[in-house]
Amino acid sequence: MSKPVVATASLAGCFGCHMSILDIDERILDLIELVEFNKSPVDDIKTFTKQCDIGIIEGGCCNSENVHNLKDFRKNCNILISLGECAIMGGLPAMRNGIPIKECIEEAYLDGPTVADCNEKKILPNDDEIPMILDRVYPCHEIVKIDYFLPGCPPRADLIWNAVAALVTGGELALPYEVVKFD
Amino acid sequence: MSEQITFTIDGKQCTAEKGDTIVAAAKKNGVYIPTLCDFEGLKPAATCRVCTVKVNGAPTTACSATVSQGVEIESNTEEITNIRKAVVEMMFVEGNHFCPACEKSGSCDLQALCYKYQMMVPRYDFTFPRKELDATSPKLLIEKNRCILCKRCVRSSITTNGKSLFAVAKRGNKTVIQMDKTLAADLSEEQAKEAMELCPVGAILKKETGFVTPIGQRKYDAAPIGSDIESNA
Repeated sequence: MSKPVVATASLAGCFGCHMSILDIDERILDLIELVEFNKSPVDDIKTFTKQCDIGIIEGGCCNSENVHNLKDFRKNCNILISLGECAIMGGLPAMRNGIPIKECIEEAYLDGPTVADCNEKKILPNDDEIPMILDRVYPCHEIVKIDYFLPGCPPRADLIWNAVAALVTGGELALPYEVVKFD
Repeated sequence: MSEQITFTIDGKQCTAEKGDTIVAAAKKNGVYIPTLCDFEGLKPAATCRVCTVKVNGAPTTACSATVSQGVEIESNTEEITNIRKAVVEMMFVEGNHFCPACEKSGSCDLQALCYKYQMMVPRYDFTFPRKELDATSPKLLIEKNRCILCKRCVRSSITTNGKSLFAVAKRGNKTVIQMDKTLAADLSEEQAKEAMELCPVGAILKKETGFVTPIGQRKYDAAPIGSDIESNA
């Protein structure tokens, strides 16, 4: 039987959750025995080459590219997991939620203390190549169906390991108090 | 000595003094009933509803209701646990609880209850409110987007001259806690500390003390909320 296939992505995240995946330490050797990686920053495969069993999403959706990627993952993965605070509730990028997007953009490119003097032509980035920023940051489950949620900033390596191992082996997910934390 | 009464919680035989609130009576018997708005020394307000129990089958708030002889209390049942978890989730989505960026993280009662009930994701949609942040006091910072309106701060009179430092303003979903700016200007270090410790979440913060306790040594890092009470069972 072929190994279960895992894909991962970082949307509006900081890659901290991916660092926490690596933080399973020597168990990474067990992991590559258990699963095969497809599209992921871990192996640098850029596009899906087959249907995957498990998709792991770090980060919420702050722009049109994030939404596109997330929908692509939903289509290509049988089980989708929101990994970390940003994927689950928007996280730090969502601190802009509630502030009108116009105010955010003006603060970032026109009025902020580090830009006020250097953007003389008052240019706002508007190239077609740049993904369109969304009105607010959306948790992943507000865009597509998400099957499981693993909180933490970052989620503890043990939580990630326990969850992936339980999914792959069909065992029960162990959730000791120490592994479910929001910071 | 006051009159002793007997009752049951989830079938367990308990004894307490007549007039005890259900929360206090349960505590004496090693049973933890979660609370957020309740605070020792303050008159119960029953604003948060997280202490909901069933007394002889009828739902009530355990912080405000007193225990009576022979009652049967349901607390840690699947139904009640689900109600409490729902209440916690509702409070969580009504504010901006960005735990990784909050000074109270690790010592926050709301977060600790999320941990206790293993809230992986709230069942409700996030509201992302935008309420004004009050940093006018030299000693206190009020982040109203984290406030759960438990009114602990309003019910306690922090200043010594009988005037209340905090009050409720506006109504409905616009309700906020306001700080009296004149009184706040003259707060002592101890009063500022007391105000911060009263707040179960990260809404009232003493300035220049954020993140002093390292991760791993904070109030709820190692043991779940209420485990000190349950260990007395």
